[in-house]
Amino acid sequence: MSKQLLSGNEAIAQGAWEAGVKVGVGYPGTPSTEALETLVAKDGVYCEWSPNEKVALEMGIGSSLGGVRSLVAMKHVGVNVAADPFMSVSNTGVNAGLVLLAADDPSCYSSQNEQDSRNYAAFARIPCLDPSDSQEAYEMARAAFGISERFDTIVMLRETMRIAHTRTMVEVFGERTVPAQPPYESHPEKYVMMPANAVSRTLAANDREDALLAWADETPLNRIELRDRTVGIICAGALYTHVREALPEASVLKLGVTWPLPSGRIAEFAREVDALYVVEEACTYLETRIRALGMPVQDPPAGRLPRSGEVTPAHIRTAFGIEDPSHLPPAEGLPPRPPAFCTGCPHRLVYCELRRIKAIVTGDIGCYTLGAVAPYRSVDSVIDMGASLSMAHGMELAGVSGQTGRPVIGVIGDSTFAHSGITSLLGTVYNGGTGTLCILDNRTTAMTGTQGNPVNGVTLAQQAARVSPLDNPSGKPLDLVRLCEAIGVDEVELVDAQDLKAIRAALKSAVNHTDKLSVIIFKAPCRLLDRSKRPMPVIRDCRRCGTCVNIGCPALGKDETGHPVIDPAQCIGCGQCAQSCPFGCITQEG
Amino acid sequence: MAHSIMDGSIGIGEKRVELDRTLTILLVGVGGQGTILAGNILAMTAAEAGLDVKVSEIHGMSQRGGSVSTVIRVGEKVESMVCDPGCADIVVAFEIVEALRAQQYLREGGTMFVNDEEIVPVSVNVGNFRMPEKAAMHLDEIGAIRIDAGEIARSAGSPRSTNVVLVGALSTALPFAVEKWEDAIRRRVPPKTVGANLEAFARGRASVGA
Repeated sequence: MSKQLLSGNEAIAQGAWEAGVKVGVGYPGTPSTEALETLVAKDGVYCEWSPNEKVALEMGIGSSLGGVRSLVAMKHVGVNVAADPFMSVSNTGVNAGLVLLAADDPSCYSSQNEQDSRNYAAFARIPCLDPSDSQEAYEMARAAFGISERFDTIVMLRETMRIAHTRTMVEVFGERTVPAQPPYESHPEKYVMMPANAVSRTLAANDREDALLAWADETPLNRIELRDRTVGIICAGALYTHVREALPEASVLKLGVTWPLPSGRIAEFAREVDALYVVEEACTYLETRIRALGMPVQDPPAGRLPRSGEVTPAHIRTAFGIEDPSHLPPAEGLPPRPPAFCTGCPHRLVYCELRRIKAIVTGDIGCYTLGAVAPYRSVDSVIDMGASLSMAHGMELAGVSGQTGRPVIGVIGDSTFAHSGITSLLGTVYNGGTGTLCILDNRTTAMTGTQGNPVNGVTLAQQAARVSPLDNPSGKPLDLVRLCEAIGVDEVELVDAQDLKAIRAALKSAVNHTDKLSVIIFKAPCRLLDRSKRPMPVIRDCRRCGTCVNIGCPALGKDETGHPVIDPAQCIGCGQCAQSCPFGCITQEG
Repeated sequence: MAHSIMDGSIGIGEKRVELDRTLTILLVGVGGQGTILAGNILAMTAAEAGLDVKVSEIHGMSQRGGSVSTVIRVGEKVESMVCDPGCADIVVAFEIVEALRAQQYLREGGTMFVNDEEIVPVSVNVGNFRMPEKAAMHLDEIGAIRIDAGEIARSAGSPRSTNVVLVGALSTALPFAVEKWEDAIRRRVPPKTVGANLEAFARGRASVGA
């Protein structure tokens, strides 16, 4: 036993490891990423990144069927990608324990939506565990594999960003028990989901649902804490800690299992308290279901909680009529400080050129989504992984280029292309689509912290051993040029993403060939991989045209007269500003 | 990796510190300034004092020069990990604009330490935004304690230890023994930089008169 300060993700990795998990698989996505990055470093467990979440879950189903406990990790929107196998494995059940970690992101700190993954658990009728701190995350991860085996079902371990990225004290047991792997046996009636079997497995799932309903009422993961009985609150996850903070005297039904809901315990709690409330965030998952059980759920006395976004103790205090502590007003007129492309980022010059040619960009998910904000403002859409390429084809069919006189260009990153872009590109080629698509290959999955991916060829195990994608003799990097050619793209060009003239020439040529499909691969390593520095450029005879400052480099500002000023502390001598100056006033020596 | 694992287990401190209520410390800054390391040092110090600790970080895009924040709550039993407006006992701002952005979080009578340094956001260089005027004067008016942490770190021979200078200032406002802070620094910083960081910590304490 030892006490450790662990994030929710680290605690889940520890709990899964102690439960004897032998395979961990997933796709990086904030806030889930560190779970597998922690697990891979532990003994006796094999972990890998998949190209996407669907592949990850299918791989995990395979290893579970093969007899070893398996953890599959992803962010909430990844569950959408994995939804197809998810909805069927919910009927087949499992062999060895199979747990899906789904990490939700209320308030969209780093996501395109704030969907609540518990809806998937309810949809598939599989158990959902919902920890409120790292201790519970650890204990639930430890218990989840046994629950999976006992009820013959995949189990969802659902966390939110506040659980995933908050470190709290955990009593760690520290010992690992690996269940014996039984000899493999074929059970096609259970795992071959053709119609007749699918029908009988649905009947099995009905029986399982009944068993789970009974279990939810018994398990100590759901607990009633009776204090002041005038206020009774049902809550789960981080909200439990917020309720305890804001209303320490209130009675609470703390749900650790959020599917199925314990109808008996809910009714018992409702009888014990004078007024019943539900406190949750980002959606009405619990409230809708508890009202449907016929429970007298009331709105909070001083107004409802927000319908979207994170709920914090301040929201709860307000809803229950408790005054906020006095404080200074928010400062007004402050310059915002959103994330920006790093100094030397290989995406910058591509977006400067896309802006110059007034391209309509269908964008995608990654650092390069930042091309949507100032000073580029070049991205018209970001929906999900892969959509850049398929949407560009749809825009083409809608005649947008002809109507606007502007080129429509799909822009996607390397990891995202491997995730879902390849099938999108296939669709365009297959159907004779034309236009221009750009793959920004910065040699890594940068946004989530420079993970390996099929394009750079670095596996999760190599990543843990600090193998760089720039120097990986044993890796099998994907040759994007050959892949695009094999798919049947008319013109494929590989361009140095740090060479503005080459970027300009490639885009000009591709855009002019309106009868062809062109893919341009802009390649240069992410600055988080290649931290080399060159001398700071020198500015002479500046005409104050503002072009250099408008490339949006964090190291480049301007003085009161509009003259550009380079910050020596931030400049890495990448030379992007020098290439951008239309008058050759910025030079780099040495 | 977005953040590191705490190394090793945490022992319960021999001299247990008792708090009559949960304290909330908010660290704010710009991605890359070392707020996460500073938060780790504080968390470890508090945990070694036998207290319950929660450390909540907003990261994900933190390496891209955006605003970052870490909330550390310490007490006998810490519930929520969030800091709402008016709830921070101590705010440590690693940059002046971020100090102004965080002022609403400070509770009445709370303490604010500010690194006396401005980092101009890209939004000022390429947009219609301006740096706030008279920021230092405003911070003085609201009782913030400005510290030239960058210069102190440089004079201590460790320009990258600005964050540890601020930890030194912060340490004067919390009831943990100096040796416990120093132990945590030894365990959290790269071995080669221990001496320089301990010096930066001492000078940070001295800068606020400790």
